[in-house]
Amino acid sequence: MQKDTYILAIESSCDETAAAVVVNGREVLSNVISSQIDIHTLYGGVVPEIASRKHTERINQVVKKGLSEAGLTLRDMDAIAVTYGPGLVGPLLIGVSEAKALSFATGIPLIGVHHIEGHISANYIADKDLEPPFACLVVSGGHTHLVLVKDYGEYEILGRTQDDAAGEAFDKVAREIGLGYPGGPKIDKVSREGNPAAIDFPRGKVAGSRYDFSFSGMKSSVLNYLNTCKMKNIQISVPDVAASFQQAVVDVLVSHAMWAVEEFHLEKFALAGGVASNTALRAAMEKACSERGVAFYCPPPILCTDNAAMIGSAAYYEYIKGIRSGLDLNAKPGLRLGER
Amino acid sequence: MKILAIEASGPVAGCALLEDGTLTAEYSVQYKKKHSQSLVPMLNEMKEMLDLNLSSIDFIAVTAGPGSFTGLRIGAATVKGLGLALDKPVLPVPTVDSLACGLYGTDRVICPLMDARRQQVYTGIYENKDGLRILEPQCVTALTEITGKLNELGREVIFLGDGVPVNEEALRDEMKVPYLIAPAHLNRQRAASTAVRAAQIYAEKGEEALVSADDFRPEYLRVPQAERERGDKRNYKVFV
Repeated sequence: MQKDTYILAIESSCDETAAAVVVNGREVLSNVISSQIDIHTLYGGVVPEIASRKHTERINQVVKKGLSEAGLTLRDMDAIAVTYGPGLVGPLLIGVSEAKALSFATGIPLIGVHHIEGHISANYIADKDLEPPFACLVVSGGHTHLVLVKDYGEYEILGRTQDDAAGEAFDKVAREIGLGYPGGPKIDKVSREGNPAAIDFPRGKVAGSRYDFSFSGMKSSVLNYLNTCKMKNIQISVPDVAASFQQAVVDVLVSHAMWAVEEFHLEKFALAGGVASNTALRAAMEKACSERGVAFYCPPPILCTDNAAMIGSAAYYEYIKGIRSGLDLNAKPGLRLGER
Repeated sequence: MKILAIEASGPVAGCALLEDGTLTAEYSVQYKKKHSQSLVPMLNEMKEMLDLNLSSIDFIAVTAGPGSFTGLRIGAATVKGLGLALDKPVLPVPTVDSLACGLYGTDRVICPLMDARRQQVYTGIYENKDGLRILEPQCVTALTEITGKLNELGREVIFLGDGVPVNEEALRDEMKVPYLIAPAHLNRQRAASTAVRAAQIYAEKGEEALVSADDFRPEYLRVPQAERERGDKRNYKVFV
């Protein structure tokens, strides 16, 4: 019987200060998230300087709560994991500096974790039996990546957005139709009362690159539509615009995902990231998977939003491979998947 | 008493250990490498060099601000992590006071200048003949504001800090009283000065000077730009 591995994980790459304790990469003992959303809502988006200040104010309280909710102390940990990229550099530096100081002061090994790797790994927590290989679509406010997960810690990026992330496009459209920030959940909600076929927004394509995404043009076509209506004095239906735009985004995401499933003969497909909480996306992806006899995985919303449990899960698979970070670990805002 | 001091507020990354009035170690680097990469390795080297048992320190002193926002936070998060892991309190030292503390035994007044960008400096006016006296507490202001005050005082001045090279010409134009510029080894933030200043503050105020690592916050002296502009916009709407 092998000894259990306890990992304290810290995440601060955007506007959530989070800490968690995870056992063997799969079992979550605590998952504390302190969100700053109320503050950033005032500005219509995340303000990096304000986010950095808030992380600094809350980091110790969040880490302590993570430990106490797990009923453990820092000295019980086998490793300290932290997101070191990609993300906003100011916010990332808080988690990284805290984690390094904890590691230095206790001698507990440090593991720097890629944020997207964390999102993908949320699926290992949600489904204890899931193992690679599978394809994963990571969609959030900052990222849109279609990834082939070949093995633990081994990834091939099939496609990524060439401009806006899917969540970013949701935010921008939501702002234009007066729904406010954060756009994703608001569009999701109002779309339930709208007709997704009311307006035929284009499905974004990237020339010469089948798996890449482009949401900027789709967002612009919504803005054009709104302008045209305004000029012609046509009353718009917010639920119809929201539902139609959402449908366009979902169509693009699902079609790309299913091309990958078919091309690589995959039996499993997973969603991850904040936008994976979108009910229309979940439903459409689940349906597309079941039509093809592919097992569909999607973490619950608490593991889709930025959180530290997912970082602890990803760190475990690095830990058992013997990967450790030095005390010179730096925040890398543009860190690529698979890079160290 | 053992004081571990950390400096990351400006161009220098550094750490020092002050043990019953003896400076047992000081590390100081002012180079391209980022504080985020250099600070903790520096601490680790100091610990190994001194065979330091971290739990034997009494508190952690840190230059709390003003300074580079990012630098202050790297220092703060490092101090918070240490405080949490070691269960030690923090003694926040005002950055400009720490700079002034680096000069001693002079009849001249001491005026640290830190480059605050946007044509401002973080500064203050001090005397340190036989103990630090604060004549003008640390603030963020236009250079001419502080040179005006110095001219009014009519005493000879020593300038130091990374705000000096940026404002050398302006100092020549504005200063009506004689002044010196401190040489390189006395011209920047030093963790040793922060440690000494912390010891002085502790001697004066005792436990009251300490805050918990959880509650410690940097002193930025400025609100974030977005907050300022948001305020501006709101005022604009109100008045038009």
